[in-house]
Amino acid sequence: MQCPKCHAPMHTYNRNGVQIEQCSGCRGIFLDYGELEALTRLESQWSQPAPPPPPAPQAYPAAPAWGAPHGGHHGGGHGHGHYDHHRHKSFGHMLFSS
Amino acid sequence: MTEDLQAALAARARAAVHTAPGAGCPCHPAGTLADRPDATVVRHAGAVAKAHAPGTDAGALALRLAVAARLPGVLLPPLTPAAEVLHGRPVTCWPHGTPVDPDAPDTAPWEAAAALLARLHRTPVDAAPPRAGPSTAHPAPAGRTLPPMRGPARAAEALARLRAEAPGHPAARPVLRAWRTLPAWARAEEPPPGPAVLCHGDFHLGQLVRHPAPDGPWVLIDVDDLGAGAGAWDLARPAAWFACGLLPPEEWARFLGAYRAAGGPAVPADGDPWPDLDAPARALTVQTAARSVVRAAAAGRPLDEVEQAPVDACDRMSRRPAELADGERP
Repeated sequence: MQCPKCHAPMHTYNRNGVQIEQCSGCRGIFLDYGELEALTRLESQWSQPAPPPPPAPQAYPAAPAWGAPHGGHHGGGHGHGHYDHHRHKSFGHMLFSS
Repeated sequence: MTEDLQAALAARARAAVHTAPGAGCPCHPAGTLADRPDATVVRHAGAVAKAHAPGTDAGALALRLAVAARLPGVLLPPLTPAAEVLHGRPVTCWPHGTPVDPDAPDTAPWEAAAALLARLHRTPVDAAPPRAGPSTAHPAPAGRTLPPMRGPARAAEALARLRAEAPGHPAARPVLRAWRTLPAWARAEEPPPGPAVLCHGDFHLGQLVRHPAPDGPWVLIDVDDLGAGAGAWDLARPAAWFACGLLPPEEWARFLGAYRAAGGPAVPADGDPWPDLDAPARALTVQTAARSVVRAAAAGRPLDEVEQAPVDACDRMSRRPAELADGERP
């Protein structure tokens, strides 16, 4: 293949799975259909920061080390199923000096 | 005996409602609101009569009644200024208030409770004792100020019952082990460290009523354990429920946040409250676990999951070094 601009021969390079033709004379680059998008996608993956940290533990009230795994500081991702499960019963206990 | 006491209480509550002699009584029959070894409470229309525990310190009760009479926006004020004795028990009369609805956990008044406790704790201890004067029917004993808050004593009583009634229960072992990790003051063996404030001593959601019923503001009831002590004890039951996984974190955060917003002095205004809460929350967890084991053993049934949670917490706290225990080993 010849360079459409200076007619020097073009060489094929493979960059991260994308075929790139570069002119040996003017160093111009020829991309096939879809290759620009493929390169853009690769670039965005490189520049993306590290995955975001898990939800901030500060949003959860502080709890003692002897606390239950469900509640307290261990419970970030458990949702409310644990509490809904026996909410009525435990609420009843909160009404008495047990 | 119990029926005699209840009849006497009903008559007393009736008399508190119908002060005019010989007045007719169109009210519904009296109802017994509670009948436990430590308290019997009978209602007649807008009044309740309460028989306090046998062996109640009469002088301390008089001081506690006087505090309730002087803090009407915080504590339910008694109908009569002094206790009388019926069937060998001290008896007091109170207005009937509307309690927390046990069927509506979402309407629990966490913010109101926290604000009331903050106000109670901010009451100067010196201002709380009654003025002894010639008009006082039963003057407080000279030289006595506020009695100590009875929270740690209640915890010690619960452990004594566990040792007496269910020492061989498999769940008793972690509970007794956790008790030994507590600092001496939380076991009622020494006075509490730090400044003593006016405390309720047995706060839980059953200690709130709306007065006047049914829509008045919330106030605290039950002065039997009220006195000078560590204010964090009054926050420690919700703290213990949260730590045991029984109280959702949002509700604990609402309660704690409202207490701080109201200027409550028992925990720092922000930051980690657990350095102050840890010992009393552990003590109330141990107390709750002890009562749960005694109750299940007496009924000859296994612990249910809500009773098991504080026992599990006792197991965890006695397997790690106690952060606040002073050189003690489980």
